[in-house]
Amino acid sequence: MIAIPLAYSLRNLWARRLTTVLTAAGIAMVIFVFAAVLMLAYGLEKTLVATGADDNAIVIRRGSQSEMMSLIDRAAANIIRSQPEIATDPRGKPLAASEAVVLIGRPKRGTGQEAHVQTRGIAPESFAMRPQVKLVAGRLFRPGLSEVIVGAAAERRFEGMGLGRTIRFAMRDWTVVGLFEAEGSGFESEIWLDSEQLLQAFRRPVFSSVTVRLSDPSGFDALKQRLEGDPRFNLEVKREKAFYADQSAMMTGFIRVLGLFVTVIFSIGAMIGAMITMYAAVANRTTEIGTLRALGFPRGSILLAFLVESLFLSLIGGGAGLVLASLLQNMTVSTTNFATFSELAFRFALSPAIALESIAFALVVGFLGGFLPAVRAARQNILQSLRAA
Amino acid sequence: MQLIHLILKNLFRHKLRTILTVLGIAIAILAFGMIRTVIAMWYSGIEASSPNRLIARNAISLIFPLPIAYRNAIVAVPGVSVVSYAQWFGGIYIDEKHSQFPQIAVDAATWFDVAPENRISESEKAAFLRERNAAVVGVQLARRFGWKIGDVVRMRSMIFSGDWDFVIRGIYTGAQKSTDETFFFFQWRYLDEQIRRLEPWRAGNVGWYVVKIADPNRSASISEAIDRRFKNSLAETRTETEQSFVQGFISMSDAILVALRIISFVIIGVILAVLSNTMAMTARERLSEYAVLKTLGFGARHLVLLIAGESLLIALIGGAAGILLIGPIVDGFGVVMTLTVGAMFPIVGVSPVTRAVSLLMALGVGLAAAIFPAWRAATLRIVEGLRRVG
Repeated sequence: MIAIPLAYSLRNLWARRLTTVLTAAGIAMVIFVFAAVLMLAYGLEKTLVATGADDNAIVIRRGSQSEMMSLIDRAAANIIRSQPEIATDPRGKPLAASEAVVLIGRPKRGTGQEAHVQTRGIAPESFAMRPQVKLVAGRLFRPGLSEVIVGAAAERRFEGMGLGRTIRFAMRDWTVVGLFEAEGSGFESEIWLDSEQLLQAFRRPVFSSVTVRLSDPSGFDALKQRLEGDPRFNLEVKREKAFYADQSAMMTGFIRVLGLFVTVIFSIGAMIGAMITMYAAVANRTTEIGTLRALGFPRGSILLAFLVESLFLSLIGGGAGLVLASLLQNMTVSTTNFATFSELAFRFALSPAIALESIAFALVVGFLGGFLPAVRAARQNILQSLRAA
Repeated sequence: MQLIHLILKNLFRHKLRTILTVLGIAIAILAFGMIRTVIAMWYSGIEASSPNRLIARNAISLIFPLPIAYRNAIVAVPGVSVVSYAQWFGGIYIDEKHSQFPQIAVDAATWFDVAPENRISESEKAAFLRERNAAVVGVQLARRFGWKIGDVVRMRSMIFSGDWDFVIRGIYTGAQKSTDETFFFFQWRYLDEQIRRLEPWRAGNVGWYVVKIADPNRSASISEAIDRRFKNSLAETRTETEQSFVQGFISMSDAILVALRIISFVIIGVILAVLSNTMAMTARERLSEYAVLKTLGFGARHLVLLIAGESLLIALIGGAAGILLIGPIVDGFGVVMTLTVGAMFPIVGVSPVTRAVSLLMALGVGLAAAIFPAWRAATLRIVEGLRRVG
């Protein structure tokens, strides 16, 4: 059992406060960026994945990356609705929603610059298929009228979408009669209206997608095979969750690669910072090290003591960085999702995995930064170090 | 001067510490320069835009098309010299990863007239016009896939159904450094023909019009004239200068750009912490020496210069090293992006402005890090300094 002069190491951190604070601050900033990037990617994934339900499947045109690009005509939509795997509501009607999705350009709050809002023409069944969507103000639009409901995130992000306001597109004035929330999923960044009104206004005869509820999740494969194999149409069937997760792939990939590059460079900088501090610590405590050796502590203890000091330093920095990063969870980010070309609002999301990864990363930085100086401390010659006094 | 001699000597007293500090600063400047370059890439479209080009698109959003019939009406607007048009193809070549390059169907007769920065020989232009499914690609794109003139390229589209075969009949080069050389142009007539066969209700439409005007000063009035012409029709237009159009795209990602800028400032904070730490440690160790210097007659001014000089020199060396490395690292970043995400960022290299700003940042940090130690040394009472041991 190696005795490690732990108290000695930790009290040294306190004794040289300025240096400790500066080095820990450097490490804190690195961990902050590291955690923030991971939280951003995770938050984006969460938002998009929450947009799907486990027992829903979505039918789109083959090769479409987003609903906006997909086209399904009425004949195909009706055939999709008649598939046996689809669940029925108490009245015997299939739980299948034929929806049409377009993008309209609206000015953003603050900058006034235009961005795209995903606008979804929904079917009567759409609400039943998406239980996470709830009206929080106003009422639902009445079919046949120029009325829309707006998602809470879209209302926050864009100008002129509050309750009672009118939005003009496709040569019609549409009144906002309600606001809805959708548990932070992608739907909250959308405008919803009656699909028949949307199709008429834009003079298009086709839907974008048909979302269906499976009566039994295992029926997915049979449904997929039958619809994709049908030579009359060019369809693709995906689980709703997988479809929306794929939409996040490009953005999260971009965020992660950029974040990785930046963090790697940062962490080398932090390691160097830690190394400088520890080398200086070792150099200034030559006599003390000699004394400890003379007292009987073996080389291993000295090595471990300095390593512990470095690890503790990085732990403080990492903890501070993580705490700062967790404050980001109150911030909502809204940006254009490259995959759908429309605005999407999402938050930073912290998970236990991210917190652990951040602390582990901090410890790695501390270890790598402190190792060489600790080795130097351990290899010191007792007589020479005592003589240096 | 004696001070410079002293500064240099001091620098090499703790070789390891100096080297590590320089390295730390170099890496941080590298990261700062890299982020600035990525931000600049986003804005590169603005540099490439021409002041005498207007873009007219559907007023609702870019995803809605405009009728081809509008062309004749736009040509008739006074001040307009040439009208061309384009439609986004959204093609898939091999698979999605390989497909991250822009493919657009254009009006072959007028395209190279409105976009003269895409340089192409007359014979290639004629070949492009002659063949229905001819394609002209940028030299960087051709290099990436090893395409030569005469190669057949097969694609599918995310937006249109069917299989599409193109024959490469021309390779264009960019006139300026900022010109994008990764475009895949083909004939709009071919696109319309195929659509008419498979999805007839979608035929006869273009994505946007590119309007070349004679006098850039009249861009606002001509834009308004075009939009007025189509007001209250099924497809209202929004016409703006090309720069404004590109700016609109950039502003869609403004959250990301803001985040990148914040990170670049955090980096400066990191260097500041590292360098301040070094200077503070150094100053503390040398307090007795400063006291001796003061006894010899050196004033506070000299001590401040000594400390600031050392700090600036370290920052300068580190900054210079970092700036030298930015180029290769940015290229590496571009390669990784292309491989993993297949991103469409045109790598245009590191601008001299970025290098200059990075160097200035390094010097600024060098000065800032020296403030506290210099203050301490300047206000030191000789007796206090000599009292310290070790």
